[in-house]
Amino acid sequence: MHWLKQAYDWLEFRLKLEGPVKDTVLHPVPRNTASWWYVFGSASFVLLLLQIATGILLAIVYVPSAGEAWNSLQVLNHQLPLGWFLRAMHGWGSNFMVAVVLIHMCQVFLFGAYKFPRELTWILGVFLLLMTLGMAFTGQVMRFDQDAYWGLGIGASIVARVPFIGGPLVDLLLGGPIIAGPTLTRFFALHVFVIPGMMLGFAALHIWMVVGLGINDWPMPGRIVRRSTYIQEYHELTHKDGIPFVPGAVWKDMIFSAAILAAVALCAVFLGPFGPTGFPDPTIIQTVPKPDFFFLWLYTILSFLPENLETPFILIAPVVGILFLLALPFFAGEGEKSWHRRPIAVLSITVLAVGFAVCEHLGTYTPWSPEMQAWSGDAVPVKYVHAATPLGRQGQIVFQAKQCRNCHMLGGVGGQRGPELDGVATRLTYDQLVRQVLQGGGNMPAYGKNLSPPEVTALVSFLETLHPAGQMPARDASQSYISTGELDPPQK
Amino acid sequence: MSDDKAAVTRRWVLVSIGALLNGAVALLVAVPVVGYLLGPIRKKGGYNAWIDLGGVSEFPLGETRLASFVSPGAMPWDGATAKAACWVRRTQEEKFQIFAINCAHLGCPVRWFPQSELFMCPCHGGVYYADGSRAAGPPPRGLFEYEYKVQNGKLLIDGGQMPTLANSASVRKESSACTG
Repeated sequence: MHWLKQAYDWLEFRLKLEGPVKDTVLHPVPRNTASWWYVFGSASFVLLLLQIATGILLAIVYVPSAGEAWNSLQVLNHQLPLGWFLRAMHGWGSNFMVAVVLIHMCQVFLFGAYKFPRELTWILGVFLLLMTLGMAFTGQVMRFDQDAYWGLGIGASIVARVPFIGGPLVDLLLGGPIIAGPTLTRFFALHVFVIPGMMLGFAALHIWMVVGLGINDWPMPGRIVRRSTYIQEYHELTHKDGIPFVPGAVWKDMIFSAAILAAVALCAVFLGPFGPTGFPDPTIIQTVPKPDFFFLWLYTILSFLPENLETPFILIAPVVGILFLLALPFFAGEGEKSWHRRPIAVLSITVLAVGFAVCEHLGTYTPWSPEMQAWSGDAVPVKYVHAATPLGRQGQIVFQAKQCRNCHMLGGVGGQRGPELDGVATRLTYDQLVRQVLQGGGNMPAYGKNLSPPEVTALVSFLETLHPAGQMPARDASQSYISTGELDPPQK
Repeated sequence: MSDDKAAVTRRWVLVSIGALLNGAVALLVAVPVVGYLLGPIRKKGGYNAWIDLGGVSEFPLGETRLASFVSPGAMPWDGATAKAACWVRRTQEEKFQIFAINCAHLGCPVRWFPQSELFMCPCHGGVYYADGSRAAGPPPRGLFEYEYKVQNGKLLIDGGQMPTLANSASVRKESSACTG
C-alpha cells in the first residue's frame, strides 16, 4: 500500500484539495438535522447527474433534426441494445426529478429554511425549480412526436396572447414561421446546453451556500429567527450539539439517493420509455395531443378558465407566482420557522397540493375533450334500442350520426364534455330539450342550422324516453293544465 | 511608499483599460449576434406567400375538404413538419372559405364532421360552425381564415405562418366569422 500513499501525496502536493474537502465534509451540522426529511436536496442533485449522464448517452445517437429526430428515437427504442432503457431512464428520471424537486421545495418551505440568512439559497432554488420545469418541457419537445408538435402549438398560442409583442415572440419561440426544423434545433440548444449549463452553475452555488451557511436547523416552535441573533444561535447549535456532516448525516442522503435511482431504474425496466407517439406530420390530424404528466395540471386549467379570464390568467398568474416565491424570504425572512406555528404556510401547501392533484387527475382523462370517435365507435345501448318506437330509433340514428355522442355519454360510454344523457328526460321537459338542441348554450353548439325539423322531432322523441323506469319524465305543469284543463293530480 | 501607491494606481489604470478593451470587443461582437438571435422575427406578412392548393375542381361545391400544402419557408431538414393542412369550404362556384387547421384557442388541429357540420377540437372541446364561427367551448373567436384567390383554375392561399391570435393567419379583418 506504500505506493498508493505515495501517489496520493504526489497528487495532493499539486492539487491542494485536502483542506477544502475536509472542511466541507466535516463541517458540523445540528444533530437533529441528520434526518430523513433532509434528503430531498441531495436526491435532486443526484437525479440531475443521472439526467446529464443518460442525456449524454442519448445525444450520441439522437438526431436533432425535424426530419430525422423521430426516426432516431425509433432506432434507440428498437434497434440499439439498451437504447430503450436509456430513453426510459432519462424519461423516468425527468419525472422523478420534477417530483423530488417539488417535494424538496415544500419541505424547505415548511421548515422555514428560506428565512435569514438563507434567502439567496431559496432564490437560486426557485430558479432551479423553473429550470427543472423548463427541462421537462424542452425534453418533451426533443421527442418530436405528435404530442411534442402540438404541444409546441399550444406554447406558441399561449405566447401569441402577450399584448403587442406576441407575434415576434412566437417567431422567436419557433425560430421561424412554423413549427419545424429551426424550432427543434433551438429547443435542442436550450435542452442540452443552455439550461443544463445554468442548472449546474446554480446548483453548485446553491450547494456552496448550504455548506457555507450551514444546513437549516430543525425548526422548534418558539425558536424565533432574528437577524441580530440567528448567526450566534446557529453557531452554538452546531458547535455545542453538532455532529460532522460526514458520517453523521450523509449516510441517509446516500441511502435515499440510491433508493431513488433504483426506483427510476425499476420504472424504466417495467414501464419502459415514453413514446414517441405518432409521427410528427401536421397533416395527420387524427391526433389527440396531450402534455406530459407534469404539465397536465396546466392543460386542465386551460380547459376550465372562462374565456375572458384566460389571457390575463395565463400571462399574469405565472409572473405573480414567481415574484411571490422570489419575494417570500424578504417579507417573511424572520420569525417562526416551525410549521406548528405557521398555519397559513401549511394551509397554502395543502391547498396547492390538493389543487395540483385534482388537476392532474382530471388531466389524465380529460372530461372536457370530446371523444372524437364515439359517434361511430360506441353503439346506443341495447336496452334503449330494444324499447324504442320507430320514431325513437330514427332519433337514435340522428343522435349517433350528428356526433352528439362525442360529448354525451349513454350507458357510461361516450364523451364527457356535456352531461351524461341517461335520465336527461327527468331534468328537461320536451320543450326544454327542443330548445337546448336548437339553440345550444352552456358549451353546446346550436344545432338549429344543422338539423332538419323531422330530425329534431325524432331526436327529442328519443331523448324523451331517457328516464329510469318508474320515474316520470320532467314535464311542464302549466302545459298540462292548458291542454287538459286540470291541475296535475297529487303524486301518491 | 508614495512611489508604491503610484505604481499600484498605474497598474489599476492598465487593468481598467484592459477591462474596457474587452468590454468594447465583446460589445462589438455581441451586438450583431443579437441580430442573429432575433433573426426569426419578420414583419407582418413577411413569411407569407401565395401557396397552390391544387385545382379548384378538387373541391366539390358545398363541401368542406382537408387540403395540405408545403409551407413556403420550409427548410430542407424540416421533414414532414414542412407540411401544413387547412380546411377548404367551397360555398359557391368561385367562393371559398379556407380555415386554418389550428384551433383559435390553443392551436390544436380541429376536425370537420360533415354530418353535423361542425368543427371539433380534440384538446379542450372548442366547436365551430361550418362557416368557421365559434359555436361553443373556450376559443375566443372563430377559426382563422386564409385569404385566397383563384388563378388559372387553381386555388391559391396567402399563408406560410402558423396562425395564432397574434397574426391571425392572413385574415381579412375578422371576416364573416362572427356573424352569429
